[in-house]
Amino acid sequence: MSDASINASTLTAKAPADEASFGDYFALLKPRVMSLVVFTALVGLIAAPVPVHPIVGFCAILFIAIGGGASGALNMWWDADIDKVMKRTKGRPIPSGKVEEGEALALGLALSGLSVIMLGLATNWFAGAFLGFTIFFYVVVYTMWLKRSTPQNIVIGGAAGAFPPVIGWVAATGSMTLEPWLMFALTFMWTPPHFWALALFMRSDYDDAGVPMLTVTHGRRATRTHILIYTALLALLAVGTSFSGIGGPIYLTVAVVMNALFLRGAWAISRRTEDDSEADNFKVERSFFKLSLLYLFLHFGAILVEALLKPYGLGGWS
Amino acid sequence: MSLRKSHELHQRRFGRNLGVGLTLAAFIVIIFGLTIVKVSGTDFGMAMEETQN
Repeated sequence: MSDASINASTLTAKAPADEASFGDYFALLKPRVMSLVVFTALVGLIAAPVPVHPIVGFCAILFIAIGGGASGALNMWWDADIDKVMKRTKGRPIPSGKVEEGEALALGLALSGLSVIMLGLATNWFAGAFLGFTIFFYVVVYTMWLKRSTPQNIVIGGAAGAFPPVIGWVAATGSMTLEPWLMFALTFMWTPPHFWALALFMRSDYDDAGVPMLTVTHGRRATRTHILIYTALLALLAVGTSFSGIGGPIYLTVAVVMNALFLRGAWAISRRTEDDSEADNFKVERSFFKLSLLYLFLHFGAILVEALLKPYGLGGWS
Repeated sequence: MSLRKSHELHQRRFGRNLGVGLTLAAFIVIIFGLTIVKVSGTDFGMAMEETQN
């Protein structure tokens, strides 16, 4: 077979209109979720009491981010059927026909292996193994098992998104103490109110896809109550963290202000009826969702500032 | 057809190929930097000394 015949018979099989660009493969890694992973892992790494060489730290964050991206690709591979149905996800590379499911699976598996091995080599094997467990938890426990079988999917599955600061800490220290688990708990308790607020104003999406979100299985009134309960528990945890090794006066100030605002939002959501929400197109729920993004960013930002000030004798309570 | 003639596919996939190429180049630079840090670090030096003794 000549070179020309190879070209003619095989290489033009795909029409240019369908062809995936580099950006489509990158989109499989869920860059927005990856940015949260990068930020929280960075805070875990810097808040750890062991200094890390900047290049080793950069590599640790990069490989944690790649591991997070690999989880995203494997999630999109498994969820391709329901992504097609939901408005929020139907533009993703697989449902839009740009990337094939097998390609997402191959990319996800390859990057999972690469990220775990490289994090182990760059830092320590405890951190590498923890990253591997996180990928397993997100893909197998959350995506394959819980997401379509229980309304507690978001609660338990939220753990996967909460592990990165612990991995960052372990990458720096090689061990674990209470502080990284406080950062874990902060993200873990934040996840349910964040996603349930989203589910309140994107309700038809989850209904159509048959995903048993709390809004679908227990009703919207129960979801509003759940948001308030989780927000109250989160506030206790977030303010209590101020008095741990990663807290300090700056963190305490941020925690008091943000939790007061968050509680006020959750209270408003719990008091609203469906008619109220329909009347203003879920204005309160939408603003609570936006506030939740700022909430997490500022809490981790405050932990970061406290850690960065410590070498100058300013961070923390000492 | 000449073997050196570029197929239409090469132009179509230029962006993708460039992205993969740059990613691999960045990966090489990162691994090189990491290796330099590792072999310059105290852990590696101590391990080498132990091996020699």
